[in-house]
Amino acid sequence: MREVAVVGFTQSPSVRREPDRNEIEILIPVIQALREQTGLSSKDFDFICSGSSDYLAGQSFAFVSGLDAVGAWPPVCESHVEMDGAWALYEAWVKIQMGYADTALVYGFGKPSMGDLPLTMALQLDPYTMMPLWPDAISIAGLQARHCLDAGLLRAEDMAAAAVRDRANAKNNPNAQVKGDFSVQQILAEPFLVNPLRKSDCAPISDGASAIVLAAGDRAKQLSDRPAWIRGIEHICEPMDLGIRDLGRSRSSEIAARKAGVSNDKIDVAELSAPFTHQEILVERALGLSQKTKVNPSGGALAGNPLMAVGLSRIGECATRIWSGEADRAVAHATSGPCLQQNLVCVLEGN
Amino acid sequence: MTKQSAATEALTAPHTLSYTYKRSLGAVMSGFFTALRDRRLLGVKRRDGKVLFPAREYDPDTSEAIDELVEVGPMGVVRSWAWVAKPRRQQPLARPFAYALVQLDGADTPFLHVVDAGSEAKMATGMCVRARWADETKGAIDDFVFEPA
Repeated sequence: MREVAVVGFTQSPSVRREPDRNEIEILIPVIQALREQTGLSSKDFDFICSGSSDYLAGQSFAFVSGLDAVGAWPPVCESHVEMDGAWALYEAWVKIQMGYADTALVYGFGKPSMGDLPLTMALQLDPYTMMPLWPDAISIAGLQARHCLDAGLLRAEDMAAAAVRDRANAKNNPNAQVKGDFSVQQILAEPFLVNPLRKSDCAPISDGASAIVLAAGDRAKQLSDRPAWIRGIEHICEPMDLGIRDLGRSRSSEIAARKAGVSNDKIDVAELSAPFTHQEILVERALGLSQKTKVNPSGGALAGNPLMAVGLSRIGECATRIWSGEADRAVAHATSGPCLQQNLVCVLEGN
Repeated sequence: MTKQSAATEALTAPHTLSYTYKRSLGAVMSGFFTALRDRRLLGVKRRDGKVLFPAREYDPDTSEAIDELVEVGPMGVVRSWAWVAKPRRQQPLARPFAYALVQLDGADTPFLHVVDAGSEAKMATGMCVRARWADETKGAIDDFVFEPA
């Protein structure tokens, strides 16, 4: 295996609505900042890969215009996934492993504020047996939350505590959208949005973008004093039908964590991309984290949720903490599909 | 040439934006949806005897092709539910309702559907429900909703 590291990371602030800028205009300063941070220009990237969703933009092949933020001249070698940028990073990692590239630019972007996001998410479901019922994303998550509550796997207090923790951590994150001091009692006093979920159980709707530079071996050492080496990366998918999955745990996260070697050594920092409080708890359990791990120092997805970039940003948030020496070993998580259907786990190390 | 004559000479053709393909759902799912049109609920039997609803062409655990359709329901049990107090325009009911995981009698797995319970207070995990069919069925998953039994 080739040694591959994260050597650059930039992101836009997560905001509820970007009133004036389109996705490309949100992305341009993010890419520009990344060029300044790494000293690289477009010609230095052997491969470019992006993650975004045409369903958010409301037009087919909308991702092609994302290249305007990068510059497509001279001709570039690029690809796109209709997934979170974390999966674009996985593709770039594979490309580097195969020897087709030594450096890669990866970015993710989304502007879900243009539509009714919970309803748009219904379009990812089975088109014949699920989608015609238009089950919104909050209701779908609510079915999982109630299953966990009924089965005694967690309590409403535990869910509220996850929100409290993330929002408190996010006070130190200038890019976070939902932050501050809250109490469990305060959150439990909220009315239900979709019973059993309260608004504070749900990640915010965020417009935003983020970008990462990957580099292999000596190239990474040239670009960073302390590269964040990717020592394990895996993604696993479960069936879509909710009835044939165990909704009380995240099996695919468990398998991905095992294959990525999460438990091989201590984990200093974990950044989780779970968009609902109960899912954050399920992922935390699936990764097998100990009390010593600092979970979501940035606030995680519950503090800022730029769809299609939020998972990629988790990898970036881990990398920055490796670069600074705050962490020696970190794990980032990204998710996709209803009720944690598909999960990606990435282990980063400083040594 | 005047503006008016240019307009008269312009070539025009009607165009209706539409999806002009007919898609076959295959042997198993065609049987499933045709049965809905006839107000019957069909699951599919796996090799181990367990019944999945809705029917699927492959066993999710073993990936074996499966095609033995068996009738289930119309009664079922709510395994989980989420209450939609403010339905969206596109959703199946205009009044508050529940999305639920319903396990039909004779099926071994629950599936996502809709319960028209009238009020949140009537919803409970473990409650019995019954399929209520639309006046006109079309062979689609929204040909029915559940109501408390």
